[in-house]
Parts: sequence; C-alpha cells; structure tokens
Amino acid sequence: MTDTRPTHAKGVNRRKFLADTTRIACGACVAGIGLGLYSKQAQSLPANALRPPGALPEEEFLAACVRCGLCVRDCPYNTLKLSEFNGAGATGTPYFVARDVPCEMCEDIPCVPACPTGALDPKLTRIDDARMGLAVLVDQETCIAFQGLRCEVCYRVCPALDKAISLERSANIRTGKHALFIPVVHSDFCTGCGKCERACILEDAAIKVIPLQLAKGQLGTHYRLGWKEKEQHGLAVEGIIDLPDRMPEAVQ
Amino acid sequence: MNTKGTYKPGANAVAQNGWLAANKWLIARRLAQFGFIGLFLIGPISLWVLNLQDQPTKGIWIVKGTLASSITLDFLPLTDPFIALQTFVAGHILESTALTGVAIVVAAYALLGGRTYCSWVCPINVVTDTAHWLRQKLGLEGGAKHSRKSRYWIMTAALAASAVTGSVAWELINPITILSRGILFGAGFAWFIVLAVFLYDLFAARRGWCSHLCPVGAFYSLIGHVALLRVSAVKRADCNNCMDCFAVCPEAHVISPVLRGAETGTGPLILSPNCTNCGRCIDVCAPDVFKFTTRFNNTTTERSETSCNTPQAPREAA
Repeated sequence: MTDTRPTHAKGVNRRKFLADTTRIACGACVAGIGLGLYSKQAQSLPANALRPPGALPEEEFLAACVRCGLCVRDCPYNTLKLSEFNGAGATGTPYFVARDVPCEMCEDIPCVPACPTGALDPKLTRIDDARMGLAVLVDQETCIAFQGLRCEVCYRVCPALDKAISLERSANIRTGKHALFIPVVHSDFCTGCGKCERACILEDAAIKVIPLQLAKGQLGTHYRLGWKEKEQHGLAVEGIIDLPDRMPEAVQ
Repeated sequence: MNTKGTYKPGANAVAQNGWLAANKWLIARRLAQFGFIGLFLIGPISLWVLNLQDQPTKGIWIVKGTLASSITLDFLPLTDPFIALQTFVAGHILESTALTGVAIVVAAYALLGGRTYCSWVCPINVVTDTAHWLRQKLGLEGGAKHSRKSRYWIMTAALAASAVTGSVAWELINPITILSRGILFGAGFAWFIVLAVFLYDLFAARRGWCSHLCPVGAFYSLIGHVALLRVSAVKRADCNNCMDCFAVCPEAHVISPVLRGAETGTGPLILSPNCTNCGRCIDVCAPDVFKFTTRFNNTTTERSETSCNTPQAPREAA
C-alpha cells in the first residue's frame, strides 16, 4: 500500500462493478417479478379448455410440461391443440375444446406415451380411468329433456353408456301424464371426453365438460353419512334382534 | 476503421479467396438452421400433401415435436436442458425419455461448443442476424447498452420465477420456442414476439437479444465452458489488423484476448463460453488467421511464409 494510485483505481473499479452489478441485478429482478406475475395471469386456463388424458393436476402439469407438442402430433383425431402466446392458458401447452373436437378415447392412448416428461402420467393405461374433466348438465332451462321432449343424444353418444350418463325418469308435472327422461352424469365413470358436449343438439350445449375442480363440490370432512358407515362397518352393536314392525292393516 | 455504410467486412476475403470461400461457414450455418426446421416440417407438410390426395396416412415423420423436446425417427429423444432445468426447479422430476434427451443434448453441445446451438440451430438467430444486417445497411447506431452479463441474471431470474410460480416460466415468452412452434403448428400472436425481437435488435440495441439478454444462450454458455470444439486464432501472427472479425463477431469481446494474446502470453484458442462457433471470423479473414480446432490444440503456427497450408504465398505484412 505504498503507492496510492492502484488502490485508487481499484476502488473506482469496485465501485463501478458494484454499481453495474446492482443495476443488472435490479433489472433482472424486475424482469423476474414481471415474468412471475405475468405467469399467474397467463397460465389460467379457460374453463372450456381441457387437458389431454392423463394430465397431472393443473399446478403440477405446468411444472412438468415442456411445451414440445409431441402429444398433439400423436393424437390421431387432431383433437389436441397447442396454446398460443397470449392464447388459452400457458403458452405452448396442449389442450382441447370439447365442443370443437372431443377426445375419441383411443384404447392405446397414444398421446400419453408420446409425452417425454411425464406431464401426461404414464401410469394411465386404461382410458376409462382418464379424468379430463366432468360433464355437467349446466343448463336445465334449455336442455330439451327438461321440457319433456325426448332427446337423449348425450346419453347415446357417451362412450361409457349407462355408466357415465344415465337416463332418470320422473313425472312430467306440466302434462301430468308423461315422463321426463333426464340425463344424469356420474363422476365415477365420466372421463370428460366431451362427446356429449360435442353432440348436444342445442345452439350452445346445455351439457358441458368443465375442469374437475370447477365441476365438483366437496363435502365437509366432518360429515358422517349413517347409511354409508353402516355399509362399511356393519351395525354399531352386533346381535340386535329386529322385531317385526306392526303396520296398519291397510298397508298390509 | 472504415466508415460506415460503405464498409463491408469480409470484402478483402471475398477479393482474395472468392465469394464462396469467404461465406462458407455462413452458408453452412443458414443451411443448418433452415435444415433443422425443415426436418421438423417434413412431417406436417407430408401429412398435408397426402391428405390433399385423400390418402389415409400418418405422414412421413423424421423429427417430431419442437425445439423444446423432440423425437427423431421414433428413436432419438432430444430435450432442451434449460427447459428441463426449469421443470426441475418448478418441482417436477422428468420421465426417463426427457432425461435421456437432456443428457444427449448436453453431451452433444459439450462436444460441439455450448452456444453452437445459438448460431447453428436456433431460428431466432436468423431473425437477429437479419436485424443486425439491416442495422448496418441503414447505418443505424447507438441505442441501449446492456451488459453482456445481463443474460446470466435474466437466466437466474427465469429460474427463480419458475421455482416461485412452480411452472416453466421462461416458456411463456421464450421467442425461440414460440417461433419454432409458430412455424410448426401455425401461429398468430407468435409473430409479434418475433417482430419485437427483430425491432429490438434493429433499433434499440446492437446485437441486443442474442448477445446480451437471451437466457437460453446464457445457459448454453455454461455448457460452453467445457466444450471441445473451438475457434482458434492459429495464424494470429498473420493478422493485418483489418478489424473485419470484430465487425462480424456477435460476441466481439471473445476475439481480442486471443488475437492480441501474443503480447500477454495468452494462447490463440477462444475459450470464452460466449463464442457461438459461428465461424464468421474464419470466413471474413483474408489472411486465414482463424480455424476450427479442439480445446486441446492451443498452439499457433508461424507466419504464413513458412506455413505449409497457406493458399497464397505473397501477402503484405501489415
């Protein structure tokens, strides 16, 4: 430290270095925060955009999908599309719109093995186990089955016939003598393929496939349904004698 | 230096070695860049043509997918390592196909030079090179000056954003994959991103995107630290200080330490990870100072009078 000039020069350089580094770091921070905030908004998937079969839950899917389009390429029916920049959901991720082209539920599910990253879960081997969404009869006011007309188109096109959609009969109160044949969706079997939505005869479908988290309610965990508990665990006390009920004579 | 507008870097090399020899690496690079996109395009185009003829067909597929991840001949998986890293920090463990693809890509670029991706594969490079060419044609100067280190910070920020949001953050706006998807799958808004990069490089900053900001290039720079294939200023003793290599180099800072290294005792090998192995310096150098070699060959040759592989003997010593 005998000569002051190098020390001085070094000091200036350090100051310049710190200033430059801070500037770039702040710039990058702003960019990063901007990107993070933009991602929250840009990644929200419209409710009519469905993920391919086997897609991980949306949050995990966005971490796993590399946006390569291989699933789209291997879809034989051109069902899948890639989201565009500024389009539906995160840029480059695959989706389909059931009303345009529904999932044909190929038995070999070619889109799933095409995925190199596991964003489409390779554990999905039976297409019936896919849960792309859930069909919901969203509009009883326009569905013609509720008007007492025979339609049943959604029921007929359903690949899981009589399981995912059943026709439930009830009385037509308006006429007093006819029946209503009401399509009812069962989430145990509905894969969300969207064939019912595609086939709905209305101008705008009354039955729509929407993402599971929108479609399903959830019962509070504290609920205990007595009859189900009974099914699972049997009677609370063994050996109860069930005495015959004494009924009024008219009933007998 | 020559005056702008009339200055054409490489004019000496063209005059001396002919147009083809003075552009050989540039031509090879463009062929490679369009060739890779072409390989991807064979599938969709063949499908489209055969469908026009009403033949039930799956098309002819050589490479399927995009630059993010692809499969060649249903056999060879390739996956972009920077995207893979983002999935990792976002909390996803890739399946073996993608992991194999990452390993192959990293190994390939460790051999061929990390940023070889940038100048030989990346489609955005064509966009920014065109912007730079036009910028010179129009004599545009000035604009923003970013640090070349900015890209590493942006890369870090993109990884941080991926970790915080739990998603592959850079892919929301990555112009490279947006452009390649746009070409391969059709696009509307994608072209605005590409146009933005083009205008940015044309008006806002010289060599702004690829050489200063792009985090994908920054990541390939990291691989480039160990890369085998290198450009070396083998015959730097022959340099006539025409400055053409500096004018054409997208990362001009990588040249001067080796070209002027004789005084400082630095070897002729360009070891900077920022070098894109584009070979343009080799093209435009009339005295043939540069050539491709490996990182283990850090030797110079004597002046060309005594060199055996010199094409033309008489040359003025600058």
